[in-house]
Amino acid sequence: MGQITLKQVRKSFGDVHVIPGVDLDINDGEFVVFVGPSGCGKSTLLRLIAGLEDTTSGTIDIDGKDATNLPPARRGLAMVFQSYALYPHMTVRKNIAFPLKMAGMSQAEQDQRVERAAKVLNLGSYLDRRPGQLSGGQRQRVAIGRAIVREPAAFLFDEPLSNLDAALRVGMRQEISELHQSLKTTMIYVTHDQVEAMTMADKIVVLNAGRIEQVGAPLELYNKPKNLFVAGFIGSPKMNFVTGPEAAKHGAHTIGVRPEHITVGDGPWEGVVGLSEHLGSDSFIKVDVPGIGVINIRAPGELGVHHGHTVRLSPGHRIHRFDEKGLAL
Amino acid sequence: MARAVTPARTWMMTIAAWSVALLIFFPVLWMILTSFKTEASAVASPPQLFTADWTTANYAEVWARSDYPRFFWNSVVISVGSTLLGLIIAIPAAWSMAFVPGRKTKDLLMWMLSTKMMPAVAVMIPLYLVFQRIGLFDTKTGLVLALMLMNLPIIVWMLYTYFKEIPGEILEAARMDGASLWNEVLYVLTPMAVPGIASTMLLNIILAWNEAFWTITLTTTKAAPLSAFIASFSAPQGLFYAKLSAASTMAILPILILGWFSQKQLVRGLTFGAVK
Repeated sequence: MGQITLKQVRKSFGDVHVIPGVDLDINDGEFVVFVGPSGCGKSTLLRLIAGLEDTTSGTIDIDGKDATNLPPARRGLAMVFQSYALYPHMTVRKNIAFPLKMAGMSQAEQDQRVERAAKVLNLGSYLDRRPGQLSGGQRQRVAIGRAIVREPAAFLFDEPLSNLDAALRVGMRQEISELHQSLKTTMIYVTHDQVEAMTMADKIVVLNAGRIEQVGAPLELYNKPKNLFVAGFIGSPKMNFVTGPEAAKHGAHTIGVRPEHITVGDGPWEGVVGLSEHLGSDSFIKVDVPGIGVINIRAPGELGVHHGHTVRLSPGHRIHRFDEKGLAL
Repeated sequence: MARAVTPARTWMMTIAAWSVALLIFFPVLWMILTSFKTEASAVASPPQLFTADWTTANYAEVWARSDYPRFFWNSVVISVGSTLLGLIIAIPAAWSMAFVPGRKTKDLLMWMLSTKMMPAVAVMIPLYLVFQRIGLFDTKTGLVLALMLMNLPIIVWMLYTYFKEIPGEILEAARMDGASLWNEVLYVLTPMAVPGIASTMLLNIILAWNEAFWTITLTTTKAAPLSAFIASFSAPQGLFYAKLSAASTMAILPILILGWFSQKQLVRGLTFGAVK
C-alpha cells in the first residue's frame, strides 16, 4: 500500500510561508511528479511527506493513518537524495543493508535482500566497493538499492538525476520508470526538468510559490493548462503569449500558442527571423512580429529559413485563451 | 595561471622551511643538549652548544630524587581522562550545534570561545577555594574536571567545524533508513568524523599534558603531573640548569613521541574539509 493524503499542509519558516496550504491525494502505485521552478517548495513538500521537516499545520495521512508527527523511520517511506547521500565509509553491500540492519533483520535475510536488489540494479560486481570508487550512475543505483530493500510503502525521489550527465540521465530515467512498472509501488519524484516530469509521471503536480497550480496527467497539462503559469511552464520551448488586439480577436485577454503548433510559410502574421537554430531533427527560430512581439517556433526537420529572412506565420487552431486573471477560458 | 615550480624555487622553499623549523625547535634542542652537560658547562659563559664531557648523571639523579613514574601516570590520567570526558560531552553538543542549530547557536559558540580569552588567574582564587571545600584539591578527578572544562570550548569548536563538513543529507538518509539518534551518531556521524575526532583528541591530550598553571596550582603531591615535576626542580637554592633540563626532557619526551607518530593524523585532521 502507498496511499498518501495531504490535508491543508502548511509550512512556514518564521514569517516566510513556504507552503501556504496544500491538499493532495496520491493513490497507491501512482508515479507522481512534483514540478516547478527553483524555490517553488517542491522539495520542501517532499521533505514534509518524508518527515524530515515538521509541518506548521495540517495533516499527512499514509495508508489512512495520521503520520504527521511520526519520525521519518516510522512512516514506511524510502528516499533517494539528489546527492545520493551514501555512507562513504561503508561498502555498497553495507550501504544497501543499512536500513535492514536498523530494522533488526537477521543477517541471512539482509544478505538475501541485498543480493536481490543488487541483481535488479546490476550492482552484483560492485558490492564490496566503497561509494568513492563508483561512477555517478552506479552511486545512484546504490541509493535506489538502499531504498528498495526496505520494501517501502512509497519511494520519494528528490531530484535524483540532476547530478548526472545528459546521456546517463536518460538511461537512469528509463530505469526508474521500469522499476516503477515492476514494483508497482507509489513513487513521488521531485524535479525541475519537465522532460522527466512528462515522460515518467502518471500524475504531475505543478507547484508555484508553494501553491499547487494544477494536478493532472502529463498530456492533460499540456493540452488543457488551467492558467498562464502552467501553460508557460509545461512545454519546451515555452508557449508564446500574445495580448492586446490580437488576443481580443479571440475574445481573450491573453492567447497562448505553443511553438510547435505554429506553421511557417503562410498566415496572418509576418515578421523577421532573429535567431535560428537547426538541430537536424528540429528547427528552432525566433521571429519578431510587429505589433505582436517575438514568437518562438519549433518546426520538425530542416526549415530553410535563416537570420534576416522575412516569413509569414500561422498560429493554427490550437490556441489557448486566458482571461485577465490568467485563468484559462 | 599556475605558479611555475622551478628547482631553484623548490630549494629556496626547502631552506626557508628548515630554517623556520630549526628556529622553533632550537630551544628544545638546547634543553636536550643541556640535559647531558655537567652543571658547570650548562652555565658556562660564553654558552656552549656542545660540550666535551657528556654525562647522563643528571638523568640518574633526577630519577633517584623523585618518583617519576607517579608523575608520569598522573599526567597520563589527567590528559587522557580530561580529553575523553571532554569528547563525551562535546560530541553531542557539537552535533546539536552543527545539525540542529537554534537561533542563539552562533552566540553560544562565541561565548564559549570568549571564556578562553579570560585570564586564568582571574578565576584562580575562587576555583582554588571551591576545590579545597569540596575535596577535589590535589586529586586526579579534580584535575580531570578542571582541564576538561578549560579545554571544552576548544573541543566543541573543533568538532563543530568537522561536523559542519559532513553533508546533512547523509544524516537525513540515516534517519530515513530507520536509524535512531544514537545509531545515527554511532554508525554514521562518528565514523565519518573519525579524522576530526582523532585530531581533536590528540591536540587536547597535548594541551592537557603541557598545561602547567592549573596543574601546579591545584595540586601539591598526590595528583601532581609532570609539569609539577619540572617545577619541583627549580629549587630555592638556585636553578640547576642541567638537572632542570633533564627533568624537562623526561617530561616532554612522551608527548613528543606521541606527536611525532601522530603528526600525519594531526595534519589530516586539522586540514579536514579544507579541500573537497
